[in-house]
Amino acid sequence: MNTTLRNAVSTALVAMGIAGAGLAHAQAQPRLSGNAIRIGVLTDMSGLYSDISGQGSVTAAQMAVDDFIAANKPAYKIDVISADHQNKPDVGSGKAREWYDTQGVDLIADIVNSGVGLAAAKVAAEKKKLMINTGAGSTRLTNEDCNPYSIHWAYDTYALAAVAGRAIVQGGGKSWYFLTADYAFGQSLEQDTTGIIKANGGTSFGSVRHPLNASDFSSFLLQAQASKAQVIGLANAGGDTINAIKAANEFGLTKTQSLAGLLVFISDVHSLGLNVAQGMQLTDGWYWDLNEDTRKFGRRYFEKMKKMPGMVQAGTYSATLAYLNAVKAAGSDEADAVVAAMKKTRYNDFYLRNGHLRDDNRMVHDMYLMQVKKPAESKYPWDYYHVKATVPGDEAYQPMSASRCPMVKKS
Amino acid sequence: MEILGIPLQALLGQLLLGLVNGSFYAMLSLGLAVIFGLLNIINFSHGAMYMMGAYVAWMMMEYLGLGYWWSLAIAPIVIGAFGIVIERLLIRHVYKLDHLYGLLLTFGLALVIEGVYRDRFGASGQPYGVPDALRGATNLGFMILPNYRAWVVVASLLVCFLTWFVIERTRIGSYLRAGTENPRLVQAFGVNVPRMVMLTYGFGVALAAVAGVLAAPIIQVSPLMGSNVIIVVFAVVVIGGMGSILGSILTGLALGLVEGLTRVFYPEASATVVFVVMALVLMLRPAGLFGRES
Repeated sequence: MNTTLRNAVSTALVAMGIAGAGLAHAQAQPRLSGNAIRIGVLTDMSGLYSDISGQGSVTAAQMAVDDFIAANKPAYKIDVISADHQNKPDVGSGKAREWYDTQGVDLIADIVNSGVGLAAAKVAAEKKKLMINTGAGSTRLTNEDCNPYSIHWAYDTYALAAVAGRAIVQGGGKSWYFLTADYAFGQSLEQDTTGIIKANGGTSFGSVRHPLNASDFSSFLLQAQASKAQVIGLANAGGDTINAIKAANEFGLTKTQSLAGLLVFISDVHSLGLNVAQGMQLTDGWYWDLNEDTRKFGRRYFEKMKKMPGMVQAGTYSATLAYLNAVKAAGSDEADAVVAAMKKTRYNDFYLRNGHLRDDNRMVHDMYLMQVKKPAESKYPWDYYHVKATVPGDEAYQPMSASRCPMVKKS
Repeated sequence: MEILGIPLQALLGQLLLGLVNGSFYAMLSLGLAVIFGLLNIINFSHGAMYMMGAYVAWMMMEYLGLGYWWSLAIAPIVIGAFGIVIERLLIRHVYKLDHLYGLLLTFGLALVIEGVYRDRFGASGQPYGVPDALRGATNLGFMILPNYRAWVVVASLLVCFLTWFVIERTRIGSYLRAGTENPRLVQAFGVNVPRMVMLTYGFGVALAAVAGVLAAPIIQVSPLMGSNVIIVVFAVVVIGGMGSILGSILTGLALGLVEGLTRVFYPEASATVVFVVMALVLMLRPAGLFGRES
């Protein structure tokens, strides 16, 4: 009796298994939780990062969803929801938890601000749901704090330093002096860049550490000027960078020394104006005016936002679309399967050039060294950059051999 | 010649830049001192008024094509009028209450104003150029000083002197001072005290607007510019002695210099030094350097 029952059960199970496999083959539709995909854009809607991500990222994610639906006509529903994390890690991780647990969110994207990004990554790891960070800069996301469920997409501070540092030194800017924001971000940016310029035969003449949100930069700039370094590296961000550039221009530093912005977004250049920003070199992960494909995206986005997208917003589009394609390829919205599908893909689209997802969950792709145009060279609105160099992803991003991520197997 | 390893020339340059910053502190803390002295209101929305002054300049340039000099004349009037409306609608209701209520009201107001500007204009701010007449720089021998910065010092000293003169040396000023000492008596002499107080508030915030327009070509016109500076300015007022006109002017300038020196010797502390001074002053002279012990 016992044996018969066991046999019957196993026969039934085998039969079900065959039928199930056959079914999956026949319909080629992913098995989805809730038969829908929901993408949550967690961003800064009103604070200091709202211009580089914010509503623009939400719009970009929606564009990616619309494009995927138009191209693939999926039988399941896809939608985008968004929330303001207010640059508070507790608010951000609370929202992530709520989204994964009760709102059926499959992917959280953007998450500008490294503090919030790191907090949200922990939630993703705990819930085994996916997060693609397109907004934050900290390399910790793919080093100490790496986990299988959080992917880092657009850029990181190492790449910013490596691209600007190497290309400028090789272009003849051998001696550097840093204007460094006196907190963890600025100091690590300075440290990373110094390492790179020294490795390439350049020297650092030192730095001046300014407090965060120091509205007047004139005295710091005078010290930078007195250093007689060829390049002044701005290891700061946002309003500090903008005010430093403005003062550098006023004091005529830019006539004899050149400025290197280590974290400058196109929205910063737009708000400074070319008159003030001209000549500065900076690292970017993407620019709307690189080629026909990028221009096409830029114009479509402009129609909706009345601004051109930067690397974070376009990156959110890129990540969302890549995710949806990976779900299709994996036939599942289960995070492990999706990540495995992404790691198999080689990316070459309007955003990712020679892109591939590494074992530490770093999306490696070509980066660019830009120089801000002179006003006379700018022929149309948002025509801001010369592409000075394209740096292959493997040179721009931290080598795997230096990785501190436990997921990376050291050989 | 060197002082503590710093060339004298560099030191002079830094002192001069400190004076430029001190001019802003002086002008902003003067407005606060006037408002506190005559209205007993701790005006935390002062930074927002400063920011709005800069934005009026930007808007006049952007939408009307009117340049810097027009802004310098019109922005204070616009912001002064705005301040009067705020005073009539909101602030006058808290005169008789504890200082804390005025502080909370104006602080909340500042948050609202900042939020509205951030929503409307974005967080990274707007560009504003140096006016043509003040472009370029002058070689002073020990440093190259942009002409615009020199103008800031001259303009703010002028504004501070005029304000001090009006309040301390004219008949209107004496009404004002008397009105704060004993409003009922002054009212009995036929002076319209509520109107006088209202105009004083308008004047105080107009001073902030002047500072805002003066700052626009130097720093990015951004919704956050007010909150970055307001705390320092309050420290200046506390050090000078709450409500002391002359005290706030002199303290503003002096702290600009102290900050300038800190930027040379230990730049990391340049945002903190003002508060260290404040703590020391409060320990030794709780009423401030120029305040009267009551």
